[in-house]
Amino acid sequence: MLTAPKLDYALLAPILIILGAALVGVLVEAFIKQAWRAKLQLAIALGGIIIAFEQLFRVRNQTSSIAAVTSVSIDGVGIFMQGAILVFAFLGILIIADQDNFAPQASALPGSSEEATALQSGKQQTEVFPLTLFAVSGMMLFPIATDFITLFVALEVLSLPLYLMAGLSRRRRLLSQEAALKYFLLGAYSSAFFLFGAALLYGYSGTLSLNGLTDAIHGSGGNDVFLLLGIAFLSVGLLFKVGAVPFHSWTPDVYQGAPTPITGFMAAATKAAAFGATIRIFYVGLDAAQLSWKPIISIIAVITMVIGSVAAISQRDMKRLLAFSSIAHAGFILTAVVSLNKNALSATLFYLAAYGVATIGAFGIVTLVRDSAGEVSDLNRWVGLGKKSPLVASVFSLFLLSFAGIPLTSGFVGKFSIFSAAYESGNIYLVVAGVLSSAIAVFFYLRIILMLFFADATNDSVSVIIPSLLTRISITISALVTIILGVAPSLLLNVAQNFAYFLR
Amino acid sequence: MDISNYIYLSALLFTIGAIGVVVRRNAIVVFMCVELMLNAANLAFVTFSRVHGNLDGQVASFFTMVVAACEVVVGLAIIVTIYRSRRSASVDDASLLKR
Repeated sequence: MLTAPKLDYALLAPILIILGAALVGVLVEAFIKQAWRAKLQLAIALGGIIIAFEQLFRVRNQTSSIAAVTSVSIDGVGIFMQGAILVFAFLGILIIADQDNFAPQASALPGSSEEATALQSGKQQTEVFPLTLFAVSGMMLFPIATDFITLFVALEVLSLPLYLMAGLSRRRRLLSQEAALKYFLLGAYSSAFFLFGAALLYGYSGTLSLNGLTDAIHGSGGNDVFLLLGIAFLSVGLLFKVGAVPFHSWTPDVYQGAPTPITGFMAAATKAAAFGATIRIFYVGLDAAQLSWKPIISIIAVITMVIGSVAAISQRDMKRLLAFSSIAHAGFILTAVVSLNKNALSATLFYLAAYGVATIGAFGIVTLVRDSAGEVSDLNRWVGLGKKSPLVASVFSLFLLSFAGIPLTSGFVGKFSIFSAAYESGNIYLVVAGVLSSAIAVFFYLRIILMLFFADATNDSVSVIIPSLLTRISITISALVTIILGVAPSLLLNVAQNFAYFLR
Repeated sequence: MDISNYIYLSALLFTIGAIGVVVRRNAIVVFMCVELMLNAANLAFVTFSRVHGNLDGQVASFFTMVVAACEVVVGLAIIVTIYRSRRSASVDDASLLKR
């Protein structure tokens, strides 16, 4: 006799609300007439996110490992990551709402008469909103999933919409489509590794759940070859998603080719979701086998920090530069992952939240710098921008200072708490490598700030457009959060500390 | 027959797929190699399911099939768009982003 599984809908509601809003968005796209669509989609997306956040806030102190039988675990880290992802989605959608960045009809060939007609008639497809919401639902599921089926499904639910969104750019469409192709092929490749790793770990333990895996490692009943290969393959899939060296090669290309609002959303939210799942897998599932993965992941953390920082120096394109900076940040967070103590956990949560907000703001500003042909991301043409529009350049400098980890910005507190947690756990060489690569990173961030303010502009065709109200709100919130968390970090640090626990 | 042979076959299929992704140039063939890797994982899941005597692995392989089908939809959409705008599905031709 089969019994229906018992679901705790109150705890699952945040994800279900986002999924529901996404489905309504698909219907709106199909049935509502053109003139109302964009506004309605925006309202549904923002409304869904706010309601989901409100529900999440209501259940913030509840925990359950049986909310959906045993496949998800609602605990501190899960709820914090879900909240952070919802905030990123909110800020990201405000910038995505500026439809000028997206192709009017993504299926029309670049340069074809269909595209010209669509551009002239002012038609605009708005499928980017439901796609974003589908991606958000996957991202919210990924950090709370506790068995390999749910993890794999969540990984794909968050990735598939992002592959499509990378190809939606209005200008430079060939580049954008190429970014989508690269992201798709490499992403599918890495998730195949993830799946095969899951299969091998299932072969080792005979169960798909992370808790069962821990029990099997303690009991040491299985075949260690499967365990080691499984950890290796699983890590490839995860490290690809967070953009760690040597699995980072997609990052600069995709960040550069994708429409800039999407890049900002993706950089913040994907990284948060992927790190949420990574810390759960390593802290809950593989903690007992830490001797076999800790050395390798430590080395990867070091080379990710160093290569990310060094490669960023030679970049001539703003979006590629921010991509390499995001690679370096992945290295800093990996430093916390291998520290395996409670302070490292809360430092990771704080860092992901602070970095994500600053990233969305920084990419939001990149969307504003344009010439007649669209966005300008060439670094040489940003020279002297501080004289033309001091406010935008100052806010951008603020985000760069936060990435660099200068005191009084959120980035400093994040880096400080990560390095002190790593020091506490005895990984001195990780701290040394981290501080050195931070120093390299400070060099190229400061160089950009000098370039913005203290060099004469070479040409005048580049200008900063007046941002739409929503973009302005998003950038303002990001900037305020970056400063407030730098001046009064305890506001979020205490929250992160309270939520830094797993339910085993 | 010895059940470990299925694991060897699965590892072989996975390796063929993984190497194929790296050496082949046509986006469709690269994509087929990825699908081969997913199916190798499926074979491993089903075999381990038999070894352990529980059904978890078989359930996992069903989920993989569904996800792989979704991936085909998205992937072919992207590859066909690229093909229509460039008249080529070679991953070497898509190199505007490399400088």
